[in-house]
Amino acid sequence: MGVEGIGARVTRKEDKRFLTGKGRYTDDMTVPGMKYAYFIRSPHAHAKIVNIDVSAAKSMPGVIDVLDGKELQADGIGNLICGWMIHSKDGSPMKMGAWRPLAIDTVRYVGDAVAIVVADTSGEARDAAEAVVIDYDVLPAVADVTAAMRAGAPQLHPEAPGNLIFDWQIGDPDAADRAIASAAHVTEIDIVNNRLSPNPMEPRATLGIYDSAEDHYTCYTTSQNPHVARLVMSAFYNVAPENKLRVIAPDVGGGFGSKIYIYPEEIVCLWASKKTNVPVKWTSDRTEAFLTDAHGRDHISKVRMAFDADHRITALKVDTIANLGAYMSLFSSAVPTYLYATLLSGQYAIPTIHANVRTVYTNTVPVDAYRGAGRPEATYLLERTIETAARELGLSPAELRRKNFIRSFPYQTPVIMNYDAGNYEASLDAAMQAADWNGFSARRANSEARGKKRGIGMSCYIEACGIAPSAAVGSLGAGVGLWESAEVRVNAVGTIEVLTGSHSHGQGHETTFAQLVAGRLGVPIESINIVHGDTDKVQMGMGTYGSRSGAVGMSAIVKALDKVEAKAKKIAAHLMEASEEDIVIENGELKVAGTDKAVPWFQVALASYTAHNLPSGMEPGLKETAFYDPSNFTFPAGCYIAEVEVDPETGETDIIQFVAADDFGNIINPLIVEGQVHGGLAQGIGQALLEAVHYDENGQLLTASFMDYAMPRADDLPSFKLSHQNTPCPSNPLGIKGCGEAGAIGSPPALINAITDAIGNNRLTMPATSMKVWQAIHAAH
Amino acid sequence: MYATSYHRASSVEEAVQLRSAHEEGKYLSGGMTLISTMKQRLAAPSDLVDLRHIPALRGISIEGRRVKIGAATPHADVAASQELRALCPAICDLASHIGDPHVRQMGTIGGSIANNDPAADYPAGLLGLGATIVTDRRSISADDFFVGLFETALEEGEMVTAVLFDAPEKAGYAKFNNPASRFAMTGVFVAKTASGVRVAVTGAGSDGVFRHPGLEQALTSSWSADALANVSVDPSSLLSDLHANAEYRANLVKVMAKRAVAAAG
Repeated sequence: MGVEGIGARVTRKEDKRFLTGKGRYTDDMTVPGMKYAYFIRSPHAHAKIVNIDVSAAKSMPGVIDVLDGKELQADGIGNLICGWMIHSKDGSPMKMGAWRPLAIDTVRYVGDAVAIVVADTSGEARDAAEAVVIDYDVLPAVADVTAAMRAGAPQLHPEAPGNLIFDWQIGDPDAADRAIASAAHVTEIDIVNNRLSPNPMEPRATLGIYDSAEDHYTCYTTSQNPHVARLVMSAFYNVAPENKLRVIAPDVGGGFGSKIYIYPEEIVCLWASKKTNVPVKWTSDRTEAFLTDAHGRDHISKVRMAFDADHRITALKVDTIANLGAYMSLFSSAVPTYLYATLLSGQYAIPTIHANVRTVYTNTVPVDAYRGAGRPEATYLLERTIETAARELGLSPAELRRKNFIRSFPYQTPVIMNYDAGNYEASLDAAMQAADWNGFSARRANSEARGKKRGIGMSCYIEACGIAPSAAVGSLGAGVGLWESAEVRVNAVGTIEVLTGSHSHGQGHETTFAQLVAGRLGVPIESINIVHGDTDKVQMGMGTYGSRSGAVGMSAIVKALDKVEAKAKKIAAHLMEASEEDIVIENGELKVAGTDKAVPWFQVALASYTAHNLPSGMEPGLKETAFYDPSNFTFPAGCYIAEVEVDPETGETDIIQFVAADDFGNIINPLIVEGQVHGGLAQGIGQALLEAVHYDENGQLLTASFMDYAMPRADDLPSFKLSHQNTPCPSNPLGIKGCGEAGAIGSPPALINAITDAIGNNRLTMPATSMKVWQAIHAAH
Repeated sequence: MYATSYHRASSVEEAVQLRSAHEEGKYLSGGMTLISTMKQRLAAPSDLVDLRHIPALRGISIEGRRVKIGAATPHADVAASQELRALCPAICDLASHIGDPHVRQMGTIGGSIANNDPAADYPAGLLGLGATIVTDRRSISADDFFVGLFETALEEGEMVTAVLFDAPEKAGYAKFNNPASRFAMTGVFVAKTASGVRVAVTGAGSDGVFRHPGLEQALTSSWSADALANVSVDPSSLLSDLHANAEYRANLVKVMAKRAVAAAG
């Protein structure tokens, strides 16, 4: 391990620009002649559009044009799509209702875009928007998923009778029923996974630029995957052919999944730029973000877990209803199916698993992947259930888990996943030791003496990252492959640019990716630049989500580096008249092993470009591209322990300690990994204690600002105790598993298990607000 | 934000004159509510008359036990006043926990009470202290000043210039924050004043800040947290919202009252 190579705690190269206000985000982009868009949105959750009168608005000061959905349709712009096909258990394909970028006949959630004003200033655009008169015929709306499934409920899409999108299953229902019928004990529990708003610090924004001379479009946008955005806008939305569309995602201030998707705004701004012949910029305000960014979670489930007399789990049966909102967002169908039910085995050897998942339309914002995407829902369900079982069986929660751990690998679960490596007991032991689990009863007595209720809870999570083997996901319905690409470009003076299809929006790729190269070649980290986020610069890529950039993105860089090194060694061998096999790369030099003969790295680079003295037949230059398609998912896992003290007078929960013991495989930069875990834990604790999206019965969003949507703040959180028990991942060259989502996945059940332990009432839903905890304390007595 | 005209007044007289010249104008103090409301286009005053640069409106003066706080005094100044803390630490503590540091530097006592947000802290403090609110034209007792949700006894164009109160024998404030906004979901100010015990509750009443006679009687009988054990708080006039229903707020009123008494010593 070098000071800047793999395993070093290198401080983030990108932080200087972020911390000094020099980051360049989409809203910072300004081009000559640029105008501003304001989106007119439906104030109703469900309504027919009777008439749109733009005549007064068009003559307002500064207004360039006012455009609506009919004009967009007339120009051939297509529907927004969901890119992952799921079939119901009866074999029928999912029922995808039409989602127009600008609604034409019907609006289906508050915030559904209806028209756009383009004006000289954002204020003038908004002024004119207020002068647009839209007649709505208001229809009954439904926001609650259970209500949406009832007979007589308002119907959102003619394509989906009963608002049912699909009724999907995995596993053997009869085998699960038989195991449950013959079980020594069955734990039954209802689980609610609360709906969340992603709230990245930077709201969404886009700048559409149409160049009429070249018939070419440029789209600056807040995206986690600019190439996917270009592909989808080109192939499905008919915005422009790929060679006529450049997508740039510059600095992006957080995504958490919500910036994976292609939203109406970027399509409409590109189209409007051509229509008005001016560059068109739109930046979401915070209320718009609450109203229109894809939400996360929102599951309700019924769970049965069966045990034999020896307390081994014999079966798990799950019935889940997932709210997908008013339209199917880009990957919405994959989240409650293949990213969720395939993780229901957790860390446990469960012979039989069956899950049934129904997805439902409601008059709410579309729901899609949010940090963890399906795995938090699976983990919360499983870890609440096994904790409940331990209480019912009178067993220690650690021992019940330990008894059921998977201990030999590879392990084929009954729900597709094949776990390649892990050591679950190591993380459990480390977490219990760090938390002083055995000293808890004394601490509880101390709390009781002060009139407080103390509880401790754990969660043993597993997740699937490194998304994903392309052929495998293709066979499950994915519309894309999930490989990654990299190009390593060595300049003539030896400095290096790495072009990656991954996209950094907070993850620190400019540092970790550079560490990989610095470590391999022994060159200074300052000599390496990471280039990402621009379809004109980077060859192709699938972007960053699902904790895939290390396991998949860096593996592609490894493959490109292998090629660069092989060519550099050939050149060095030629220059030193040595055998290629004897060349080693160390400390920025190519050496003949066992001799003092060496040429510096820059000299080899220069030789490759001067091409005065290359091996016979060799092409000049030192630049290589590689695509890496993973052979399996990766499986980060760990054990989290929360210890809380509850004030019975107010129901307020104080997190006394939070321990995270993770197995992320090999780690490139521990400092950045710890930061990822801290952020993930904050989001998971936010879900457990504070965050919830609420709609009223008419589909109005009640939590449309930070005045009502509670985000975790520093003083809500303890200092975290972290440790790692890493087993290298055998499925990729660096042995990486991924760390971006674990904190958000593993923490909510640990918290709720701790609080329910403290208050002696297991009936508690997230977020466990002070009021709900106070009510649960009173209900228990 | 809609277009608006900004005026900076240098005296109370000039401010009143400017305000009366513009029918759709508004006084601007710290702007902690007004500016964000304007940004959301929920308020559209034609003119703003800035009061923060009027020297007479700013500062704390103390004579004996009589305290006067200028209307444009920011919360941070009240929180930091050692002279005031020696006489009435409860009001300094209250000010030190309003909003965040930015809000405490910008927000003012006059702005807070003129706005009378039902979850603001100062209305509880001033009602609990039995303060007098001085305006450009009269003096109003706190009991008469706070009328309802965002509603006060101020007439059109009337401006708060100062608040006056006598330092109480004892006082304390305890609040339970709304987890999202960090405004008081329930805050209780208790004071043992020369004219008797006063208990004022903010954040909980469906009609804004209010006094609670039951808690006042119990504390009059015995100034101790234990004396509140058997007082019942009726939830029927309390707020219910996403974060706290009326029953929970009724509980918080009692718990916060006990903690305020404990804080008062």
